[in-house]
Amino acid sequence: MSASYLHIDHVTMNFPTPSGEFCALKNVNFVINKGEYISIIGHSGCGKSTVLNIIAGLLDASQGGIFLENKQISGPGPERAVVFQHHSLMPWLSVYENVAIAVRQVFKRKKTKAEMHEWIIHNLELVHMDHAMDKLPSEISGGMKQRVGIARALAMEPKVLLMDEPFGALDALTRSHMQESLMDIQEKLNNTIVMITHDVDEAVLLSDKIIMMSNGPSANIGEVVEIDLPRPRNRVRLASNPTYNEYRQRVLSFLYERQSNPLSAPEKEESEDLVETVAETIKETPEATNVTELKSISDSGKAA
Amino acid sequence: MALLTLPNIQMLEKIDIQESIKQFMIPFVAIVLFLIFWEVTASQIKTSLGLVPGPIEVSKQFKNLVVEHNEMRAKATAFYERQEKRNAAKLAKDPDAKVKIRSFTGKPTFFDQIFTSLITVFAGFFIATIIAVPIGILSGLSQNFYTAINPLVQIFKPISPLAWLPIVTIIVSAVYVSNDPMFSKSFIISALTVTLCCMWPTLINTAVGVASVDKDLLNVSRVLQLPSLTKIWKIVLPSAIPMIFTGLRLSIGIGWMVLIAAEMLAQNPGLGKFVWDEFQNGSSNSLGRIMVAVLAIGIIGFILDRLMLSMQRLISWDKNAVLR
Ligand SMILES: Nc1ncnc2c1ncn2[C@@H]1O[C@H](COP(=O)(O)OP(=O)(O)O)[C@@H](O)[C@H]1O
Ligand SMILES: [Mg+2]
Repeated sequence: MSASYLHIDHVTMNFPTPSGEFCALKNVNFVINKGEYISIIGHSGCGKSTVLNIIAGLLDASQGGIFLENKQISGPGPERAVVFQHHSLMPWLSVYENVAIAVRQVFKRKKTKAEMHEWIIHNLELVHMDHAMDKLPSEISGGMKQRVGIARALAMEPKVLLMDEPFGALDALTRSHMQESLMDIQEKLNNTIVMITHDVDEAVLLSDKIIMMSNGPSANIGEVVEIDLPRPRNRVRLASNPTYNEYRQRVLSFLYERQSNPLSAPEKEESEDLVETVAETIKETPEATNVTELKSISDSGKAA
Repeated sequence: MALLTLPNIQMLEKIDIQESIKQFMIPFVAIVLFLIFWEVTASQIKTSLGLVPGPIEVSKQFKNLVVEHNEMRAKATAFYERQEKRNAAKLAKDPDAKVKIRSFTGKPTFFDQIFTSLITVFAGFFIATIIAVPIGILSGLSQNFYTAINPLVQIFKPISPLAWLPIVTIIVSAVYVSNDPMFSKSFIISALTVTLCCMWPTLINTAVGVASVDKDLLNVSRVLQLPSLTKIWKIVLPSAIPMIFTGLRLSIGIGWMVLIAAEMLAQNPGLGKFVWDEFQNGSSNSLGRIMVAVLAIGIIGFILDRLMLSMQRLISWDKNAVLR
């Protein structure tokens, strides 16, 4: 039965826009097992956040649905905790209070005050933030804020932990620290995690499975790669591991060969148009004889 | 390390002191220049009441007002002492005798008028706040509610206090009838006029503050399934607090300006009436006394603003916001 712990069941998402419906996702379908660490990777704007928000219940799918332990979800809930890209801590609450607001709501009438306190501290210790409990978010660094955001999500004891580019706003060094921390935590808790990222190394290092999305509109699952690398994983040792590099290669080639960056596509089209119009004008002038000649000239110009 | 950092700290302190001297000196010099300019130009303008008073004459008038106030207080004390003695004597003769206790009815002094105006502006501002903040929160939360009240707000907002006054006066006179009123009618009229004019900035700023709560924070509250009231209390209100205070500061400033105008026009007790009475009086001292009142109005307005500012500093979580 564990085969369909979380089922994203043929989800289609249409956004109403002033110029008609915009189909962001078309028939997205995949299954996540319990305790699995899934990464969703794809180019910016392909619909990753949309998928995550639908799983979280923050958005309603136009068609299809989300099944958690065979029950269809409706609306958001703490059993699907979310870590947002921009920490989203209450700036007026201390680190401790930011976690406490979640704990008090989720464990209302289930834990005593003392137990709640212990649970808050426990989760802050898990992300190594217990030393800054009384600080305000404005007094700690970006990486620390994100740690608190993760502690808050973990403190909800979610069935699924959803993370939308949790380290996207951090510098490279902080990001790798955070990745190590997350691997440590995952080894202890064995949560079911869905993480969005656009960092190929991050995806391969952390995940059991990488879901690669095709470009929108009407984005879909392009390819799924199972990452069969032993844990605990060590980024330095993996760097020389041929299997690791093979996985990396596969993701990279999907992203940059099969799904070229949508942002660079229009530019290419434009330059081709330019060559064509120039070619057409030249056709009309009797002196020019060969269009391909012109193309090669412009190409050599580029090379120089 | 310690040796290295020590001189740095001293240097920092030195800069701090220099900075604070500068902060103090610049406005001081500006004020002195203004006073000189005032003294010089004033002495060149002749009016029907004599020369326009300069700062020296005005400060003399201020001292006079203090003296008058003290005299009036002494009279009042004397009056009550006499009344008490009289009543005690009456009661000694006949224990069943009815004694009358009258209150002193001297003309309110300049400082009495200041006190009245302050109480009135606070009352009007208080009513405005308890109306505007909840409505602002509602219209920030609900687009429909906002759409409903927006045209009303836009129409009522630019109405001058002088236009409200007759309506308020007539309605209060009709509705507020009581043999033993807790508040005088003039107080109610002035306060309500202040309310009507000063509630709009608070309402609009609260609505904007509530509507612009970080979407991520609202999503956090949705994930946590916080009940609506908890959501408003724990997330929406704290987020909107800086904007609410911006509104409150604008409101109390407007309220104070409106009140003076309303008191002048309606002859309701307060600083406005003091100015109007002096204007009608037309003695050689009047212009100087009016100028004392005008300065007092300005200084009190400034103090009210600073009061709101320090309250904002105390309550708002956003300690880094630049507050001016
Ligand atoms: N509320 C919305 N209304 C209209 N279009 C939207 C909305 N949210 C997202 N989109 C569109 O859907 C696509 C996917 O967005 P998103 O899921 O945020 O992408 P990603 O997270 O992969 O960068 C984008 O083209 C975006 O413009
Ligand atoms: Mg996104």
